[in-house]
Amino acid sequence: MNTSPISEQELHAYADGRLDAGRRAEVEAWLHEHPQLRQAVAEWRLQGEALHRAFDPVLGEPVPARLTETVRISRRLPPLRLAAAVAWLAVGGVVGYAVRNYLPAAATPSSASLPRQAALAHAVFSPEVRHPVEVGAAEETHLVAWLSKRLGAELKPPRLSAQGFELVGGRLLPGEAGPVAQFMYQDARGQRLTLYVQRDAQDSRETAFRYARENGIGVFYWLDGRFGYALSGEMDKPDLLRIATAVYQQLNP
Amino acid sequence: MGRQDIVAEIPRLRRYARALTGDAVRADDLVQDTLERALGKWALWRPGNLRAWLFSIMHNLFVNQARSLRLVDYPGDAALPDLPTRATQSDALELRDFARSLARLPEEQREVLLLVALEDLSYEDTAKILDVPVGTVMSRLSRGRERLRALLSGDEPAETPLKVVK
Repeated sequence: MNTSPISEQELHAYADGRLDAGRRAEVEAWLHEHPQLRQAVAEWRLQGEALHRAFDPVLGEPVPARLTETVRISRRLPPLRLAAAVAWLAVGGVVGYAVRNYLPAAATPSSASLPRQAALAHAVFSPEVRHPVEVGAAEETHLVAWLSKRLGAELKPPRLSAQGFELVGGRLLPGEAGPVAQFMYQDARGQRLTLYVQRDAQDSRETAFRYARENGIGVFYWLDGRFGYALSGEMDKPDLLRIATAVYQQLNP
Repeated sequence: MGRQDIVAEIPRLRRYARALTGDAVRADDLVQDTLERALGKWALWRPGNLRAWLFSIMHNLFVNQARSLRLVDYPGDAALPDLPTRATQSDALELRDFARSLARLPEEQREVLLLVALEDLSYEDTAKILDVPVGTVMSRLSRGRERLRALLSGDEPAETPLKVVK
């Protein structure tokens, strides 16, 4: 078969994997007889690999708050609606991927990423006006039954009325080790808190309260038996601690 | 399509901007400018291909900024590029060399190389983003790859950003 001459353009297309199978085979055969160009193509591919090695870690870095805020605060777009879950998946997926790949192996995924995942979920859903939760507090029985079933254990959202917060409702989220429940609370001024509950993939263990701050969101988190809990809110540490303590006491009567 | 779709593109915009500028702060400034510009235009026009549209906005901002930077103060290749890597030390050194060579490519070649080899965009999308014919994309890709190869292998004589007049 007579092969049409191979242009340099096609060599690049070959290196980039953009040729159809037939032409790819022709170029391959031709390169076999032109070792110098074969070497060049191999180097181009190595350049591409080096680009990914050098810059892919950026994908796993936490996105600076100023960037997400730029998008969130802009009034030029119609209100964010249901599809917020898509953003959550995208951001969570990227961060989850990063945590797996770029954190030292010693960090246990479930406890190390718990505050970050919780803060992300808080950041995505707490500003929501129309769809802050999937199931509202008015259907609390259904909410509790549903989330308990999905997490495979009995859940009960704590009452925080004494602290000035009422349950808004809850939603189910994808977590690193399976489904995660998020309960949302709101006070009279419209300030919101979220309680993030995940099944801990590790053996049962307990930890003290830990505190983290992620992009302006305070998170108290702890592991207790089979569950990891994280309480997130944009409030001062002492106030958040007071509420986290109340949550802990209700979960461990 | 909405806000959340734009938010989902931020990590890729940051990766491209970091590779393009070699500077973490400048890269995020570029991303922020891009987001602001995109949101401003959004009300008037919804792009068919959101990613390519965002990249084209970034390209225009980058070209304008690079032009004004050159007039004032350009760090040249003496500045170490910011690398996000947490790889082993020898790998990190190797990648730093790589990033420094990348920074020495002419901007138009660097842009094409990154859009094709890092962002995996088609030649056609790359041409649209840069607002040049596909043939130009191919010739810049070819020159960029050859130049980078020469820089990495040390064939390229070291250049100073300032021409020495004798």
